[in-house]
This record gives sequence, C-alpha cells and structure tokens, in this order.
Amino acid sequence: MLNTYVVYVENKPGVLTRVASLFRRRAFNIDSLTVGRTEKPEVSRMTITVEADHDQARRIEANLYKLVNVLLVENITTVPAIVRDLAMIKVAATHEARSHVLELASVFRARVVDVAPESLIIEITGGEDKIDGLLEVLRPYGVLEMVRTGIVAMRRGNKPSATLSSLETPAQTVGDDDLSQSV
Amino acid sequence: MTRTGAQILWECLEQEGVTHVFGYPGGAILPAYDALKFSKIHHVLVRHEQGATHMADGYARASGRVGVAVATSGPGATNMVTGIATAMLDSSPIVCITGQVGSKLIGSDAFQETDITGITLPITKHNYLVTRADELARTMREAFYVARSGRPGPVLVDITKDAQQALCEFDWEAAKPQLPGYRPDLSPAPKEYEKALELIHNSKRPVILLGHGAIVSGAIREVRDLAERAGIPVALTLLGLGALPASHPLNLGMMGMHGEAWVNHTIQEADLLIALGMRFDDRVTGNLKTYAPNAKKIHVEIDPCEINKNVKVDVALVGDLREVLHAMLPKIESIDRSDWLDLIDRLKGDSAVRDIQNLPDSGHLYAAHVINDLWREARGSNTVVVTDVGQHQMWEAQYYKHEEPRSLITSGGLGTMGFALPAAIGVKVARPEAEVWVVVGDGGFQMTMCELATLVQENLKINIAIINNGFLGMVRQWQEFFYERNYQATPLLNPDFAKIAGAYGIRNATVTQRSQVVPAVQSARQHDGPVLINFQVEQEDTVYPMVAAGAALHEMIRRPSPIVETAADE
Repeated sequence: MLNTYVVYVENKPGVLTRVASLFRRRAFNIDSLTVGRTEKPEVSRMTITVEADHDQARRIEANLYKLVNVLLVENITTVPAIVRDLAMIKVAATHEARSHVLELASVFRARVVDVAPESLIIEITGGEDKIDGLLEVLRPYGVLEMVRTGIVAMRRGNKPSATLSSLETPAQTVGDDDLSQSV
Repeated sequence: MTRTGAQILWECLEQEGVTHVFGYPGGAILPAYDALKFSKIHHVLVRHEQGATHMADGYARASGRVGVAVATSGPGATNMVTGIATAMLDSSPIVCITGQVGSKLIGSDAFQETDITGITLPITKHNYLVTRADELARTMREAFYVARSGRPGPVLVDITKDAQQALCEFDWEAAKPQLPGYRPDLSPAPKEYEKALELIHNSKRPVILLGHGAIVSGAIREVRDLAERAGIPVALTLLGLGALPASHPLNLGMMGMHGEAWVNHTIQEADLLIALGMRFDDRVTGNLKTYAPNAKKIHVEIDPCEINKNVKVDVALVGDLREVLHAMLPKIESIDRSDWLDLIDRLKGDSAVRDIQNLPDSGHLYAAHVINDLWREARGSNTVVVTDVGQHQMWEAQYYKHEEPRSLITSGGLGTMGFALPAAIGVKVARPEAEVWVVVGDGGFQMTMCELATLVQENLKINIAIINNGFLGMVRQWQEFFYERNYQATPLLNPDFAKIAGAYGIRNATVTQRSQVVPAVQSARQHDGPVLINFQVEQEDTVYPMVAAGAALHEMIRRPSPIVETAADE
C-alpha cells in the first residue's frame, strides 16, 4: 500500500540527499517527495509517499530515524489527515472551447491564473483524486503542459505534531478551522 | 583562546582521549600536519590510506575506544572507502578526518578534489563537511559521540583547507554537541520483557545466538549469567567468538556457513532462539524459508532497523544488550534442560572423528594443524589473533579456541581481504602489552603488505603467520564445489614471503612440515621484534562443514567421513 510519511529534518545542507539516498540504498521507490519550510526556521518538513507493505513501512520509519539529521517521523497513512497536491495545467482553449474549459475549472474550484489567445493555465489545489479528475476531463481539449508539486500532508485536529515536544519548544497548534473539505 | 582550525582539530582529539592517529599527509591536510608539532598525539605513518582505516578499526575493536584515521583530499580520501565500509558493516567506532580543497574551490573539480562526504554517505554512520574553523570543535565532539554511542560506526569529517588555516576562538567546553534528532539510548517497554520471559520459561529447547553486540555492549558477564541460570546453550557468530569462553560447557561454538554441524542442527531443532546482539546475517541463517522452522524468536538488538529485517521475530527488545539483560536476569528462573543438552550432545555424533585434528602426521601440512598448534602455544588471556578473510579465517574460527572477548579481530560483514595486517598494527598500538598474531592468507596478505613498513617504522612486535596455499583458497573451494573445479584466476604465483620480510628487516621462517610448526611459533614468541612465518600448507584443502549459499542451515557439506579411523594424535 501507499504509505505517507511526514518527516521533520534539520534544515541543513545535504539532508535531502541523505533521505533520498536512504530510499535508494534500501531499494524502496519514492512515489513522491516534497520538502519545505516549517514554523521553525531550523526545521524542514518532508512529505514522502512510498509503496511498502506493513513490515517494510516500519523498517522505513526505523531507517529514517537512524539518520542523525532526522528529528521526527510520522506515518500518517492511517490517521485522519489533510493531504494536498497542487497542479498547474496549461490547456488548449481556442475560442469555442474556452467557455467549456472555464466551466470545468469552476466545477472543480480551480483557478485560471493565465490567459493566452490559444490556451489557459489552470491552478488547482486538492487531493490527488480531485486533480486526476480535472485532468481527465481536460484531456480532450488538449493538455499542453502540466506540473504537480507532489503532496503535502498534515494531521487533522488539535494535536500538534510531536516534533514540538521533541525539540522542547512549543509551536502553534494546528486547528480545525482551516480545514477545507475536498470537492 | 584563539587557535587555527588545525590546532583546534588536534586539541579536540586530545580532549577525546586520543593518543594515536593513523594517517598519510597530502596537500589539503597539510595545515593540520603542520600543527601536529603542538600536539602530544603520536602519528603513525601508514603506507596506504586503506591501511590507516583498518588500523583505526583494529584499534577500536581491540580497545573499545574510538580509532582515528587521517588522510588528504581526493585519492587519500577515496582510498579510505574500503576501510570505512568495513567498519560500518561490523559496527566499529572510527573517526576519519580528511582534508578538503579550499571552500571557495568546492565544486570546481580542483586538483585532488573529490566529494568524499557524498561518496561515503551510505557507508558512514554520519559524516560532516566543515568549511569554517568555528564549526570544528562542535563537529569533532559530535563525530566522536555519534561514532561510539548506540550502535557504533564510522564517522567521517571532511575539513576544508581554509577551515584548517583560519583563526577563531576555541572553547571546547562551550562547543557542545547539537544533535536533536539523534537518540541512541533506546530501551524496551516493560511488556516486551514479560513476553520474552514467558517465552524463555516455556521453552524446552532454547538456544542463545550470541553476536558482536555482546562484546560492544560489554555484556560478557550478563550473557554468561543468563546462559548458566536458565541452562541455555549458546551458539556464536564469527564476530561473537570470545564473548563466552570456548571452554564453557554451554558454548556450542560457531554457527552458520562454516559452523560445526551440531551447532546448526541445534538451531534447526530449537523451539526458541534468543538472539543477543546479532543481526541474522545470511552467513548465519542459510535459507531463510527453512531457518529454525519450529522456533519462536526473541531479538535483543540496539538498532531498530535490524528488527524483522531478515528473520521475523516474536519479541523484540530494542536497547543496549547489557542493560536489557541486567533488567531481565533477576526474573530468569532456573530450569533443568538436561534433556535438551543431552540431545545436543548426541547431535555432535560423529563430528569428532571427522575432525582434522585426528589426522596423524602424514607429511602433509594442513592449515587447521597450524592454527590449532598456534592456539596450543600462544593461547592466553593476553593474546589477540587478527585474521584476514577466506579459508584461513574460517579455520581460525574453528580451531583457535577463544576464551576472551576482543581476542579475535576479523572482518565479518564486509569480508575485506587485506584487513589483517593493518588491523593488527592498530591492535598492537591500542594494547602494547598484548601478544598479537596475524593469521592471513597469501592472497589477502599481498593486498596490504606495504604496511610491513609501518610495522617496522613503529617498531611493533607483531607475529605474522601466512597460511600459504598458493590459491585464493575460499574462491577455489567454491569453484571446486559449484563450478566444476574450473579454477579460473585462483592459482597464485607468489613471491618468497620470507625474503619479502627479510627486505624489511623482519625475522622470518618458512615452514613446510608439521613438526616445524611448534618450534617456529615458539621461536617467534621469544623474539622481541616482528616475525613472519610462511606456512606452506596443502594447496587444495577445504573448509568443512559448509552450508552452500541459499541452502538450508542443516544441509551441510560434511567432512569426508571419517578421514582416518585412528585415535587422536594428542
């Protein structure tokens, strides 16, 4: 099954290589990996999805922990979490097709971020299924270019991520109020 | 106090208790070498950087302290790779220090620039690139702490030339390690202990599988107490030899590919395996599908990554072996398991008469004879044998009976030929009072024999026994069994090893008859300088028993039975 890990790492040069190298070294295939800043400047946060069975998933977690620069690993595959991917899709939209494309974008609550005489760029944020769905209906019009960020994920609810306690400095909690339900 | 990075480097090493380093200078590490004049540390000049890493490794294994190797950038650093991987696979704490080109030149393919932190990333426990002098003190403290704590391993610190030259304030006390993500001190939950105790107390046919972790953790007494109190026999891995005295009645001997037949049969017959500080390497399990099919498994291991990696276990106790056993011992009940021990005695069966020791002197010189005679002569609490890799290594494990931890130093996981001679130099430096014997094949010896010069330059009393069969013997054995005796690239045309020793001013002897073995060993022991003995042994001799790669553990190729019917020759 596809496992989703949230991995907190020290924000230092070379840490991404160490994480990526670990997956290569232990022959696990990364499905997606995103990395970005967090509420703490010294901590970066990765969201990694990887195909693995139960035992492999546990070993991946243990191996990640073994990296000196890894602060915390959470396997959030089975916990309630918000998972988001962002895509930009450049779709052919000539005069007659344009209104259809705009209508589809609106149904998916996607935004048009660029308009050119022969094409549009649509930006969409959501779960992977939603983005796959939009892509599916846009394909007949001609998808000229597409890019996706890979997913970022966060646990639902008040529970702050344990990284906060492990680093001995409290940070803001993640509330319920910013939950946007998927379409 | 203001210091250059180079001075800080040596002062940090002194603070960590380092008295000796093994190294080789070069351009990018020259500032550090220049600052050596301020330091009390003794620098052992090696002849190849691989040797420096094996020396640091041997130093660490013999003493339990961190070994240190130093090299320059580029080829100096890449020459260390084999030694670093060797230390990684055998969990040996070493710190490797490499010079690097100036920080402004990194990435420019400058002369002797190589990305050594990138190269060694998968074969170090952790590594660092230091580009500023003010990062050096904290980095060195972290490097030593990471190397020796938890499951030990190699750490590499790559220091740019400008970081060695720059001046900065140095305060060792203030430069505390900052490792928020590093948690080497894990301990099991109480309910895991209960589950383990229940399995042990309900088991009728338990076996302890004892590994290197017992030695690293210093759990020698605890292991013996557990075995004795619960009446459980003990099988050892190659790197575990010495963790329980070979003469102990519960010590079965070495398990695995070249373990004795009864040891492997005992494991296959067991209803409980208690794995202590070992990692179920393929060389000890054979085919995993048929491994100990009726046994529950308890795994006491400091590295969580090892749990369920090769063998799925019923109870895992993740933590330091000594501490785990300490917690368990008061609750261990004494159980009479004489039926099981009797069965194991019967499993020994005809193994004794197949033993090569029962072969009378027929004019042939067998390697097993040489090693067994060496054991008879040189055994003692202060003797350390350092072996290389191959047939002689397995014969040593079978015929030299180790009574003490850290009395056998050998490359297990990586199986690095060329390990023995340099590692022995490290052993002798760490334990100058020890009697050190190198047992090495003619193939492996030639991989690192340049270190004879280091040995002479340092005036170290080390005895070298070359088990010379004119073949890459273990590879030849595989060719004999599995490749229809097609001896491709295994016969060796060797130099006269005695003359080689002579060229270095090392006392030497050549032995071709069994009757010469003991006198040669005695003479070597009495001589106060290094000695090399070239034992010219049977060329096509075979290590038995053998579990072929991929075969079940109980499916062994046995010694031809019996070699002779006559009684033992002693």
